Amino acid sequence: MTEQTQAVENSSPSKRTSIPKIVMGILGHFLVKRFLFFLFIVWLASTVIFIIPRLSGQDPVKEKLLLEAQRGGAMQTGLDAMAKSYQKRFGLDQPIWVQYTNFMKDLAKLDLGVSIAFFPRTVNEIVFESLVWTLGLMGTVTLLAFVLGTLAGAFLGWPRRPGWVQYIFIPLLTLAAIPQYLLAMILIFIFAFKLGWLPLFGGYSPATLPDLTFEFVVDVLRHAILPAFAILFSVVGFWAIGMRGMMINTQGEDYMIQADAKGLKGSRIFIQYAVRNALLPQVTGLALVLGTIVTGQVLVERVFSYPGIGDILFQAIRLSDFFVIRGIVIVIILGIAGATFLLDVLYPLLDPRIKTRSN
Amino acid sequence: MVQPTNEETRLSTEQAIQTYREGARITDVDALVVENFSVFYETESGTVKACDDVSFTLKQGERFALVGESGSGKTTLAMGLMRLTRPPGHIASGSVTLNGRDITKLSDDDMRMARLSELALVPQGAMNSLNPVMRIERQIIDGILDHLKEDQAKPTKDELHETVRDLLIRVGLRPGVARLFPHELSGGMKQRVAMAIGISLRPRLIIADEPTSALDVVVQRQIMQTLGRLQEGLDASIMLVGHDMGLVAQFADTIGVMYAGKLVEVGPVEEVFSEPKHPYTKLLIGSLPSLREKREFLGIPGLPPQLIYLPKGCAFEDRCPSRFEKCSGSIPEKLNLGGRREVACHLYEGEAQS
Repeated sequence: MTEQTQAVENSSPSKRTSIPKIVMGILGHFLVKRFLFFLFIVWLASTVIFIIPRLSGQDPVKEKLLLEAQRGGAMQTGLDAMAKSYQKRFGLDQPIWVQYTNFMKDLAKLDLGVSIAFFPRTVNEIVFESLVWTLGLMGTVTLLAFVLGTLAGAFLGWPRRPGWVQYIFIPLLTLAAIPQYLLAMILIFIFAFKLGWLPLFGGYSPATLPDLTFEFVVDVLRHAILPAFAILFSVVGFWAIGMRGMMINTQGEDYMIQADAKGLKGSRIFIQYAVRNALLPQVTGLALVLGTIVTGQVLVERVFSYPGIGDILFQAIRLSDFFVIRGIVIVIILGIAGATFLLDVLYPLLDPRIKTRSN
Repeated sequence: MVQPTNEETRLSTEQAIQTYREGARITDVDALVVENFSVFYETESGTVKACDDVSFTLKQGERFALVGESGSGKTTLAMGLMRLTRPPGHIASGSVTLNGRDITKLSDDDMRMARLSELALVPQGAMNSLNPVMRIERQIIDGILDHLKEDQAKPTKDELHETVRDLLIRVGLRPGVARLFPHELSGGMKQRVAMAIGISLRPRLIIADEPTSALDVVVQRQIMQTLGRLQEGLDASIMLVGHDMGLVAQFADTIGVMYAGKLVEVGPVEEVFSEPKHPYTKLLIGSLPSLREKREFLGIPGLPPQLIYLPKGCAFEDRCPSRFEKCSGSIPEKLNLGGRREVACHLYEGEAQS
């Protein structure tokens, strides 16, 4: 036996020539697989949404007409004919498999149908309009809360932190325990009602028209501050607690002791060893939360009468606007499935142990 | 496949085994002097004396092995020497003189600079001691970058790349390993990477904390040979922490036996193995299985004492076959028996040289 054979512990050498090709091949394959899975999830969920209301045996059009008739006290004759004509209008008179294929066709074209309560506006219009408000508010707040909370948690879980850091932990915990709608009302009471610094409700002042002027943008921001903080305060604590726990777990790892034994600078150990590893579960959490931001914050948006998707959902349920509810649920499905897809694609970049290829 | 080209890795197996057996050339220079070193853990139920009043000296080029059963304080001592003891543990007393400097008195930042550049820890690398999300190259480089003196220019990317390549070849890995992540390596390869990091700044003292546990015997032998060769190349001293007596017997020049946080016997390996003095050492060596004769497997009866409630006398008293009245009365002092042999046992008080 020679020194060489005993000293060299090699894994099999990889073919260097075509590495980019192989990587692209695997990645392409992996992405395609993940995307097909994404489509499958959306199809499955949409089908469930299609089936569930039909299992109830109720006729949404007739129910609606009956309700209106009772309310108006008008004559009951011709109700059946009216229902029939509406059912024809909404395509509900056709056999169920025709309805299903039509629904799937429309879905493929991203056409979610026509609203009942806000007739003749389309669901697309209504959902898109409110989605802009919700994404603007929730998207910003969610990312901000993630960054602030994770930072706070990272410092709280670091034994060599400056002493004052621990004093922010108790307020964070307290705020995380207050329900968002309660926090929203407290904020409104103090800053809008008592002090009058900020507007009481809405996404913009009632007198103005949505426009891209500087005044309007400032107006929108002023309206967004209180809802943003109501959500932010309660969510930051959630991220901070999770990150703190992960940081403490990381402290016990052998590579942390070894990082110290290597005489590395504290800042490098903190960022590249502790935070970098503790961050991984946080990112998973973020992706899942990002999927749900399209649902908006029903309670907070209600309290502030913010024109987001949560507010629309609330109104649609109250007016039993079945098509709008269905449209919003589909948007939620797309959001969550989309976020999961994104996570699947991005996670291998963060954690090399997750392989992109399947064996 | 790239084979090692470095001169040091081209030793023949015979040469390797020779250096492996004979040990490094021990000089008369004191590399590490540990005096009355104690590491205590403060707990609610009392003080745990995990490492109590330990003194020993390591010569430049010497291979010193610290053995003892689990919980005897070996790792506590090793981590204490690196000043990596974590709360509630603390260094209670003593001095550690490394190359003429008492490192217990260094500032935290000076101590940080001393780690890796003067004394390096080679951990149990087969397990989890590499950062899972960082490429090997990065993990070798960051130690080098964080030890640059203020007036030192930052090495270029190519220089660093070359250094990493050289280090990997030295420990018997192909340079391509630099681009891999820890989870892509075998246990033996990870241990080699841990050694490459350990020698990256040419330390004078390498503390190897059970570098071969969790590896199979074939790889163990390769790792110990590599470690010995690296030490030769650096002219460094090694403190090997382990409980594998066979491995220690082959590798070390000097052996220190720990029991209940105390160093109970120190001496040259051959002498300690052929003529152990302390009753604990005798039982420890007697318990080693032998291939030549088949006999009943011997253990040491009883359990080591709890380190919170140490007896007033010798900690080994209740397990010791040679105990007498004095043993329960007072803790035995370390006695010098001449020729670098030391033992802490009342039996040898008559033979002690002052």
